[in-house]
Amino acid sequence: MAGGIKKFVVGAFDDEKVLFPAVKNVRKAGYKIHDVYTPFPVHGLDHAMGLRETSLHTAGFIYAITGTTTALGFMSWIFTKDWPLNIGGKPHFALPAWIPITFELTVLFSAVGMVLTFCYLCQLAPFVKKHHFHARATDDLFIMAIECTDKTNDADLQNFLQNAGAKEVNVQVAETGWWLGRYDREQKLYREEKGY
Amino acid sequence: MNQQFELPSGYKKWTWGLIVAGVIALLYGFIMLHPFAPVTHGSHGSDSTRFWAVLLQNSAFWLLVVNASMFFICVTTMAMGGWQVAMRRVPEAISSVVPFIGIITFVVLMAIVWSGRTDIYHWLDTDAVAKDHVLLGKSGFLNKKFYTIWSAVAIGLWWLLGRKMRTLSLDSDKNGQMDHETGKKWIWSNTVWASLYTVFFGLTVASTIPWLWLMSIDAHWYSTMYSWYTFASTFVSGMSLVAIFVIFLKNRGQLEFVTEEHLHDIGKFMFAFSVFWTYLWFSQYMLIWYSNQPEETKYFVARIGTADKSGPYHGIFFLNLFLNFLCPLLILMKRGVKRNWTMVTIMAVLIIFGHWIDFFQMVMPGTVGEHWHLMPFEFGVPMLFIGIIMWGAGKYLTENSLTAKNHPFLKESMIHHT
Repeated sequence: MAGGIKKFVVGAFDDEKVLFPAVKNVRKAGYKIHDVYTPFPVHGLDHAMGLRETSLHTAGFIYAITGTTTALGFMSWIFTKDWPLNIGGKPHFALPAWIPITFELTVLFSAVGMVLTFCYLCQLAPFVKKHHFHARATDDLFIMAIECTDKTNDADLQNFLQNAGAKEVNVQVAETGWWLGRYDREQKLYREEKGY
Repeated sequence: MNQQFELPSGYKKWTWGLIVAGVIALLYGFIMLHPFAPVTHGSHGSDSTRFWAVLLQNSAFWLLVVNASMFFICVTTMAMGGWQVAMRRVPEAISSVVPFIGIITFVVLMAIVWSGRTDIYHWLDTDAVAKDHVLLGKSGFLNKKFYTIWSAVAIGLWWLLGRKMRTLSLDSDKNGQMDHETGKKWIWSNTVWASLYTVFFGLTVASTIPWLWLMSIDAHWYSTMYSWYTFASTFVSGMSLVAIFVIFLKNRGQLEFVTEEHLHDIGKFMFAFSVFWTYLWFSQYMLIWYSNQPEETKYFVARIGTADKSGPYHGIFFLNLFLNFLCPLLILMKRGVKRNWTMVTIMAVLIIFGHWIDFFQMVMPGTVGEHWHLMPFEFGVPMLFIGIIMWGAGKYLTENSLTAKNHPFLKESMIHHT
């Protein structure tokens, strides 16, 4: 897992119109944007950040056809091989009657599969504690987190963000990637960094 | 802004070529198929039946298809939709063909009903109805007078209410940008007329008109799903027709505000309503298959046949499912396809053809029975209708500005992002 403790320079923006050119300039300057946290979905931000298109829907399609084949296969086996019943004189292989169930299983498999895949991709699970770069990311600020490497001069980067229009800039150390049930350690780390 | 559009000469050639081809097919029908031969008991499935059945299939289909684009305008207006404004003049142009095809359809229907063509509508046979318990019960609805009046009212109101919507839209071009108050009033009157149209659309296309025009061919049989099924069929074809015209204009360098985002949304409509059509098609089939009542299954026996002997429309029936469900489902599912101008064009043509075939198998089994043809005559008559649509829509597009430039929601459409 690509986890570990990393240093981030975090800038808070309060306007979409400022955020978009800032994202563009930060990328142009060669900094690596870890993520931009927004209170609501911002149209076009994924393009501006250069994120690749999600493969969630491809996964959804695969789950769906798995559901389709499971339903059709299972029902054919039961009604033609395992336990054939005469239901109202209908043929044993009663395809029309199976379509609603096939449809339901298709939807069920793709829905459940996609939710779980979504959680995996976003690294969400019970007891996983995520680092919050800024509490107001869920309220009224757009929070851009830039990942620092050994070579990053974070003072320069902070100035850069300030000039790009960030209202608040700071440096944070956070764990990234997967970790389960590490509530205490993460909180200690947060306190150390903030100094309280 | 280049808003004045001149039809390219190729378009005009195709328009008149198709109309001439259609007229030739029609003349062939008049001469070779003896459409005015007296109707006897033996004329079921004869040449004259074929003539009127083909005309009924095409006039009903193309009228409902062009009418569907006005329905699209009205529902998006009522939903306060903004994304469609950049291409709104295209469905308007298509719906402006309603009076022309409406008159043709009305003439065809009246010719069938008032010349007493019992080979098309069995309920026209008064002697048979008097002895028939089922048809007697339906005779309050299935009779010449009601058929005539309601068909006239339906076509007339589609035309008049649609014309009101088009006039409102064109009026907005005359004055400059609307201020807040004027804009609000204008949107409100649009909403009122759109609601009137939609309610009337529900009373006609989504219920009575398919019962009268098409379901009554199989006079004893009925299905509560039938009108929705017909509506879904024509609406998805109507959206495909809109897509073809939008892509055509975009190819000619017009409709500058229409982007892939708008195409994507049209593609979604084509995809979603193909699936909706299948849902109704299947529900109708499965309920009848499951309950297995002879008076209900006979509709499908006439088409697919029984387990022992496949019916005369077996192939067409399943081709229908392939063209209208499997192809749109599997091809239009991908986002990239819905944003690809070429692929949407191909799928739009395929969907319109598929639903034309669907109407073919709705009309033919109850009329010509097993003596069905898909010959030049069957393909020639729709050419006349396509030609008329191209002529009428082309006329509207050249006479009026291609963008509703003062529509209050135009900005919303310009920055539309799917």
